Amino acid sequence: MKLLNVSASPHLHENVNVPKVMWTVVATLIPALIAAYIFFGWYSIFLTILGIASAVVTEAIIQVATKQELTISDGSAVVTGMLLAYNIPPTAPWWLPVVGAMFAIAIGKQIFGGLGYNPVNPALLGRAFLMASWPVQMTTGWTTKLANLGTSTVSGLKTNIIEGGNQMLENLITSATPLNLAKQVRGDIIDGTAGESARTVFHQLSSVDFIEQLFWGNIGGCIGEVSAAALLLGAAVLVYKHYIEWRIPVSYIGTVAILSWFLGGIDGLFSGPILFHIFSGGLILGAFYMATDMVTSPVTQKGRVIFGIGAGILTVVIRLWGGYPEGVSYSILLMNLAVPLIDRLTPEKVFGYKKAEKTS
Amino acid sequence: MRAKTFRGGIHPHDHKYLTKDKSIEQFPAPDFVTIHLSQHIGAPAKPVVKPGDEVKKGQIIAEPNGFVSIPMHSPVSGKIKKIANFPHPTGSRQMAIHIENDGKDEWQQEPEQKNDYTEMKPKEIVDKIKNAGICGMGGAGFPTHVKLSPPEDKPINTVILNGVECEPYLTADHRLMLSKADEIITGLKMIMKTVSAERGMIGIENNKPDAIKLMKEKLRNEKNLTVVPLKLRYPQGAEKQLIYAATKRKVPAGGLPMDIGVVVQNVGTAYAIYEAVTSEKPSIERITTVTGQSVKNPKNLKVLVGTPISEMIEFCEGTKEPIGKLIAGGPMMGFALSDQDTPITKTSSGVLLMGEDAVDDASERACLRCGRCVDACPMNLAPTFIADAVKNEAYEEAKKLNCMDCMECGSCAYVCPSHIDLVQWIKLGKLEIGKLENK
Repeated sequence: MKLLNVSASPHLHENVNVPKVMWTVVATLIPALIAAYIFFGWYSIFLTILGIASAVVTEAIIQVATKQELTISDGSAVVTGMLLAYNIPPTAPWWLPVVGAMFAIAIGKQIFGGLGYNPVNPALLGRAFLMASWPVQMTTGWTTKLANLGTSTVSGLKTNIIEGGNQMLENLITSATPLNLAKQVRGDIIDGTAGESARTVFHQLSSVDFIEQLFWGNIGGCIGEVSAAALLLGAAVLVYKHYIEWRIPVSYIGTVAILSWFLGGIDGLFSGPILFHIFSGGLILGAFYMATDMVTSPVTQKGRVIFGIGAGILTVVIRLWGGYPEGVSYSILLMNLAVPLIDRLTPEKVFGYKKAEKTS
Repeated sequence: MRAKTFRGGIHPHDHKYLTKDKSIEQFPAPDFVTIHLSQHIGAPAKPVVKPGDEVKKGQIIAEPNGFVSIPMHSPVSGKIKKIANFPHPTGSRQMAIHIENDGKDEWQQEPEQKNDYTEMKPKEIVDKIKNAGICGMGGAGFPTHVKLSPPEDKPINTVILNGVECEPYLTADHRLMLSKADEIITGLKMIMKTVSAERGMIGIENNKPDAIKLMKEKLRNEKNLTVVPLKLRYPQGAEKQLIYAATKRKVPAGGLPMDIGVVVQNVGTAYAIYEAVTSEKPSIERITTVTGQSVKNPKNLKVLVGTPISEMIEFCEGTKEPIGKLIAGGPMMGFALSDQDTPITKTSSGVLLMGEDAVDDASERACLRCGRCVDACPMNLAPTFIADAVKNEAYEEAKKLNCMDCMECGSCAYVCPSHIDLVQWIKLGKLEIGKLENK
């Protein structure tokens, strides 16, 4: 009689594998791309495709050159390229996503041994590289196509708002990123150099009308970050399928909400615009798609909460006092580096023991 | 009442629909049986027969070798053919007694109901259990009389019957509970008497509502006995997880249930105890589920210990497709066998056949550190870190990560998107740590 195959138990496996997870992430990022098309036009899709193509080609070249197994079909390079492109302005020069994705894959991922071994999120590292190398290209050109009123420089806009006031809301929506504007207006108010109308502008940030625009994405910003609605739609699928875990986004966004309410206002403590801080900038994209990157986030449940809180604190600190208007990507990068330490310090209490034994 | 459960675990499809509505069928005695000397945890039994001897049904053919051991009885009348190495349901080859059935079915002493346990002393009940050669029938096979002889400084107040059957596919315990509820309850009372426990529980997973209902009805007038419905979640039937769900007590690491005043027995064991105590019937048969999508007619069989698996498959009308994998036990913790003629033992709760598509040759990918294994581990371990330590031969590190607390339930490997053989690595780690400690 023929001998049968043997293997170690278990003999059942959940129908899940790396390519399936990665391609699902890609699929759930599509609504944000559609939003980008609606608000920014075809060029943003073109940039995204360039980012993806560059990431995949870079990975293939490195793997062929180093005689490794070709893994471009697992979808992870596509995710990296896509997320990188989502983090650049919609009118950036075409070579920006190409160079960024090359750096993300080569230096952010393959140099460490490929998927699973990278210490920080490759897409965010690519973005940090672009920010350091081409700061002008990375921080201009936010304007949306829907309402180009010709006042695209921040200083011009500020004067416009403070003096005019009647076009206030419209201008908030249509020019520089809201975070950038908010930071400058708030800075002037705290310095005492702004008049009463600036306070009105700042209070507009919490208005229902403006939050609505933020939520749907009718604002200036990077390609993939503007529409909170589209991103949340995709993220809901990932949470439902257990491909991402709720603890990181919840603790991250929760921390940003509490701290920005506590410290981010102009009328003393506990007066900050909470919803504005949640829905503007890259927080939704970062909290659901980049902080939750499996490879670079803690494996323990406690650790994930600490990771989220840490990223939240850093984000608010950078937004309120840092040199940049937005701090999501640097916060996540910094917390990525703390992950091995967090994992070591937060072991779960093993069943049957009195207390958790740390293994540091 | 809300169903109770534990932290961690997984939700595999239970596939029990194949056999859950099929009554237990008697499998006719085979022409040859092969009785393994090691069917239990502890020292293998010592043969007391030699080739050529005639034996009667129920006659002792191997004696216990020490306290943590059990005797073996012949399940048929016939002639000893040889004592040699035979394939064992754990996948290895071990010493066994091969007996030719003469077809006469002659008992050495035919079992008949004659004893009333309420008139027996606890010690007498334990002796009957010991003489019947009963070991835990849920899978691990710990000698039952040892479990029922706790040292005096470990008083027992709770006995839990394990009717959880959390392994997918298996329905042997389920069908036994439906057909022998009264006997199982009497068995529970016998166990309670041996350890003077005042409380008895029967833990059943929520996917067996008929068994829960039946047991509840039977226990309506019993003050100290309750049914504990448990949430459908693997490994709900693992001893520590079952005790925790039912009593909120945690077995200390490296300890035994008796340390916290609990004894757990499988419902099949309770039935065997009932038969051994009332009729002095030795443990020579059990209920085994023969199942799998590729089996033509999956069944729950009452089958003699020592029956070759190949004959049981034939009795279920064979297979629809070539066999890819043959598993003794359930799919999560069972052993894949290479030889279809492997005989079953007292602990064989199931025979599972999987098609060729179940043979997974996908190689391991790098760990993504997704943490799904950490979330799934019912012991709260970090399986991926342990596996990493073992791969790097850092056995001290693996030990610090509580490698030895793993019960090999397979939840981690089940959820792993990189298809890492976590259980296999951890088993290897346990082996190597054991070697280091014995140095």
